[in-house]
Amino acid sequence: MDLKVIVNEERCKSCGLCVNICPKHVLRISDKINSKGYYPVELFDNENCISCGFCYLVCPDMAIAEVKKPEFVK
Amino acid sequence: MKTIYKVPSAITSRDTTYCPGCTHGVAHRIVAELLDETGLTKKTVIVWPVGCSVFGYYFIGTDALIAAHGRACAMATGIKRVHPESFVMTYQGDGDLASIGIAETVHAAARGENITTVFINNGNYGMTGGQMSPTTLIGQVTTTSPYGRKPELNGFPLHVPEMLATMDGPAYIARGALDNPQHINQAKKFIQKAFTAQQKRLGYSLVELVSTCPTNWKMTPVESIERVKREVLPIFPLGEFRAVKGVE
Ligand SMILES: Cc1ncc(C[n+]2csc(CCOP(=O)(O)OP(=O)(O)O)c2C)c(N)n1
Ligand code: SF4
Ligand code: SF4
Ligand code: SF4
Repeated sequence: MDLKVIVNEERCKSCGLCVNICPKHVLRISDKINSKGYYPVELFDNENCISCGFCYLVCPDMAIAEVKKPEFVK
Repeated sequence: MKTIYKVPSAITSRDTTYCPGCTHGVAHRIVAELLDETGLTKKTVIVWPVGCSVFGYYFIGTDALIAAHGRACAMATGIKRVHPESFVMTYQGDGDLASIGIAETVHAAARGENITTVFINNGNYGMTGGQMSPTTLIGQVTTTSPYGRKPELNGFPLHVPEMLATMDGPAYIARGALDNPQHINQAKKFIQKAFTAQQKRLGYSLVELVSTCPTNWKMTPVESIERVKREVLPIFPLGEFRAVKGVE
């Protein structure tokens, strides 16, 4: 399945607000490093993400670029 | 997959200059979302302040000016009167709006100018290193209140929305907060109503947003939002303080 949360790694400042708010604990600070020297956040468990968008709402740096919800066909 | 949230197009591609976890960026995003949703971006002029958000025009892509410290409402008054078809906003911190610029703010509100103010209350002068501001809490340590703000020496915190709500000029006055998703959604709703007030030419509108300044509070971003809930919101309660008929 496609990722439900698209992170713009270059914009992330590793503040941790999204990691803190995520009700399903599926985000973490990665060990990659961006050009500003921050460790961008990553969605490590796409399956358990509920597409609530809390991470998008609290992110002060527009680094959660998009949140998507799966569409179920009956 | 259906997109439910996406960074609004009124946000530019330029990275913000704010410290990690600073809620100025959240305020920018909800303003930009509303500009997208109302289709106002192209006819908007934002008057930016002196303070950390002085470079705001790099981050929200509208026409813009920077006012001398505290004078945003005076400048916005001129712009709106000369260009009544434009949507005119000011974006100001608590040092800018409530300290050096309190006269301009109060009189723009009293005159009922058709402009909208987004007021970022982070309880100190962020840009200059965390000095005490009019909204610093009693007991709060800042560089200019090293033993905590004392009423006998420094007076009491200023409640700007409560004060302006006693006047006849303002059409819409509210206070929101940016510490959690529920409050962020509520704050957006408040700003949307402030936009409506201006679009319907009902008078002045202001929304205070209780914000954080992790760097000068000397806290992590997460500790800062916890402090908002624990210490700031009991003193600065959320809600709508004035809404004339026609604002919805
Ligand atoms: C006339 C004048 N006086 C003082 C200053 C110094 N100064 C720059 S920013 C600032 C305070 C900004 O604080 P605030 O409005 O709370 O915004 P923040 O940086 O916290 O977002 C001050 C006093 C100035 N630039 N111009
Ligand atoms: S959308 Fe909700 S569940 Fe998914 S990562 Fe973001 S906060 Fe967590
Ligand atoms: S809230 Fe935004 S900037 Fe902060 S860690 Fe998450 S994605 Fe990065
Ligand atoms: S100094 Fe404070 S208000 Fe200014 S960008 Fe940093 S955290 Fe934000």
